[in-house]
Amino acid sequence: MSNDHGTHHAEGHGGHGTFGSLMTGFAMAVILTVLPFGLVMGDTGLSREVLIGLIMGMGGLQIIVHLVYFLHVNKNVEQGWTLVATIFSVIILVIVLIGSLWVMHNMNQNMMPMPDMDEMMSLQSQQG
Amino acid sequence: MATEHVQPAETWNWLTGRFTLDWIPYQEPILIGTFLGIALGGLIFLALMTKFRLWVPFWKNWAISIDHKKIGIMYMVLGFIMMIRGFADAIMMRAQQAMAAGGAEGYLPPHHYDQVFTAHGVIMIFFVAMPFVTGIMNYVMPTQIGARDVAFPFLNNFSFWMTVAGALLVNISLFIGEFARVGWLAFPPLSGANYSTGPGMDYYLWSLQIAGVGTTLSGINLIATILKMRAPGMKLFDMPVFTWTALCTNVLIVAAFPVLTATLALLTLDRYMDFRFFTNDFGGNAMMYINLIWIWGHPEVYILIIPIFGVFSEIVATFSGKPLFGYKTMVWATSCIMVLSFVVWLHHFFTMGSGADVNTFFGITTMIIAVPTGVKIFNWLFTMYRGSVRLELPMYWTIGFLVTFTIGGMSGVMLAIPPVDFQLHNTLFLIAHFHNVIIGGVVFGVYAAVTYWWPKAFGFKLDDRWGKRAFWGWFVGFYVAFMPLYALGLMGVTRRMNSYADTGWQPYFIVAAIGAVIILFGILSTFMCFYVSIKNRKALACGGDPWNARTLEWANQSPPQKYNFPQEIQVTGRDMFWKMKQEGFKWSTDYAPIHMPKDTATGVLISAFAFVFGFAMVWYIWWLAIVSFLAMLAIGIGHTFNYNRDYYIQPDEIAATESKGAAA
Repeated sequence: MSNDHGTHHAEGHGGHGTFGSLMTGFAMAVILTVLPFGLVMGDTGLSREVLIGLIMGMGGLQIIVHLVYFLHVNKNVEQGWTLVATIFSVIILVIVLIGSLWVMHNMNQNMMPMPDMDEMMSLQSQQG
Repeated sequence: MATEHVQPAETWNWLTGRFTLDWIPYQEPILIGTFLGIALGGLIFLALMTKFRLWVPFWKNWAISIDHKKIGIMYMVLGFIMMIRGFADAIMMRAQQAMAAGGAEGYLPPHHYDQVFTAHGVIMIFFVAMPFVTGIMNYVMPTQIGARDVAFPFLNNFSFWMTVAGALLVNISLFIGEFARVGWLAFPPLSGANYSTGPGMDYYLWSLQIAGVGTTLSGINLIATILKMRAPGMKLFDMPVFTWTALCTNVLIVAAFPVLTATLALLTLDRYMDFRFFTNDFGGNAMMYINLIWIWGHPEVYILIIPIFGVFSEIVATFSGKPLFGYKTMVWATSCIMVLSFVVWLHHFFTMGSGADVNTFFGITTMIIAVPTGVKIFNWLFTMYRGSVRLELPMYWTIGFLVTFTIGGMSGVMLAIPPVDFQLHNTLFLIAHFHNVIIGGVVFGVYAAVTYWWPKAFGFKLDDRWGKRAFWGWFVGFYVAFMPLYALGLMGVTRRMNSYADTGWQPYFIVAAIGAVIILFGILSTFMCFYVSIKNRKALACGGDPWNARTLEWANQSPPQKYNFPQEIQVTGRDMFWKMKQEGFKWSTDYAPIHMPKDTATGVLISAFAFVFGFAMVWYIWWLAIVSFLAMLAIGIGHTFNYNRDYYIQPDEIAATESKGAAA
């Protein structure tokens, strides 16, 4: 193939994880899936805000488990480039998501209030 | 003179979609004149190609070539051709504004004028500046790291032709239909289905999406090349600064361009499928488009300028005869700019309703990003300080850049102050600012790169006299054309005006138009310079290392053989070629077979169908869209079954080409 000519210093291959590491990941993924379900279905008495926070938090952990155990992101693979690339992507994603939420929320608060959607829809249907 | 424009009626039939002959703008004399000119020029070009039997060589040696050097040169050719188009738009606008004062309407009706300023922006950014920087990175970077080609040579060819397909789509809108009338970033609701009904806005969407595929893929390709294909022994901090800047640029491309693709895709859904992402009603939010497009848009301006910083770093070090001052600070400054470029986007819309806290945050980040850029300016100055500076052509452009770019940067920091921006937003002050950094930075940088690496690419230097004329044309022309715009902006003159009442502004616009004519002289001198140099190439011939340079791309012959280096180079430090020259390096005559990729026509073919697909989508010709899309898929899948992709160049052939190249 054309892309292997001149690859002078081939690093160790990414590796596909051992049976043990895959099972660890699987177990953690299952726990992180079952727990939020349990929290919602069982009667825990927690407030809605706390529940949402817990679910989001476990969702975040779930992403990390998948990256580490199934996509094998660690500092040894490809001289650590996969890890660096992942961290960079996460930083950019966080900037873009949180930044957009902040900017748009702030703008909505400062701009003139829009008429209620239902009102507009009924207006439209009357005219149409 | 300007008549009310009547949009052709909306009709649709299955064969030609919504295209009817009414969409051919034969009633507009300017367009007909342009069309006749281009058609005549095109016919002469085709006839010459046929007469000198150049079709087969063009196809075999260039179109299907996956040699990064040839693709790099083709990118530069595309950039120069599109620059003519973009500049024609520019000088039309300057002429219009010089005339249309105090009730006069000028010669461009609003309908046409709005297309002109949209096309000027789109073409200059996407089809001039982008091909230029991609072309320079493509040509120079692999040889700087001692590689034989990029990581994915076929993908490289495909990326180039996708960019060409996008460029063709923009140009064909001149004569079939119309182009968008919405400004270069196409803000909704103006660009939405309700307010831009014709095909113009759809030409915009599809040409940018098709070219965007090429840009993103080429970004991935060049990152992989830098990370995986460096010569043995070359550590990251041994890489030339240009390679570092290429790395940061391509990371930005890969991170930012998907945002553009997604944003334009949402707008496409709004226009084609009646979605409501960015509409005024039914829960749409046009501000979201502006937010998203600038999340791409701000990194984009750094995508253009960062590689240019690399170009100047190489040139300053070479022509000062000493290593670059502050190599590591240069690398870290570039990396800081790379990340910071993602946290400043709101400064493009300070005035659009954000509160003081948000505006303050983005104002401060914008001022902070000027710091690493300032670091670089001082690094270049300190490199020249007490160096034995040789004032060759590339240094002219570099010094022109240092002065001009610093002024542009300062007006940028002024605009970063939100209360100031409330005065200057969307005025000609802004226009003057970003032309100050794009012409003073990107254009001067591209010219510096062309004059610096031309001898490497073709084996002879550029003609000094015409090269200097080109410089003075651009340098003086820039100041004459844009300083009046700063003044007009401070008077409150807004951008994109077709005509204006206040005749007091007219003298400034006339001076600006004269500036555009001086720039025209610079551009013509450029082409004259190419012509004269090619004619006198025997006299201007130079060896592999005409500038006494420091980095590896000068270690081989000029022009380089297709395998770049006859042997692998063992890298032991920074400025490796300088080191090799100190140690009296000679290429050995003991050659091993070299593994090379084979040329393929797949990239050209898929891109040709991508062009047809884009055209079909613009005109709602659904059957053609389906056919061309399936053709793209089929050719792409077919290519995966092509196992005949590589070959070896044998030692005797290498010996023959090396001795022939050395004699030439």
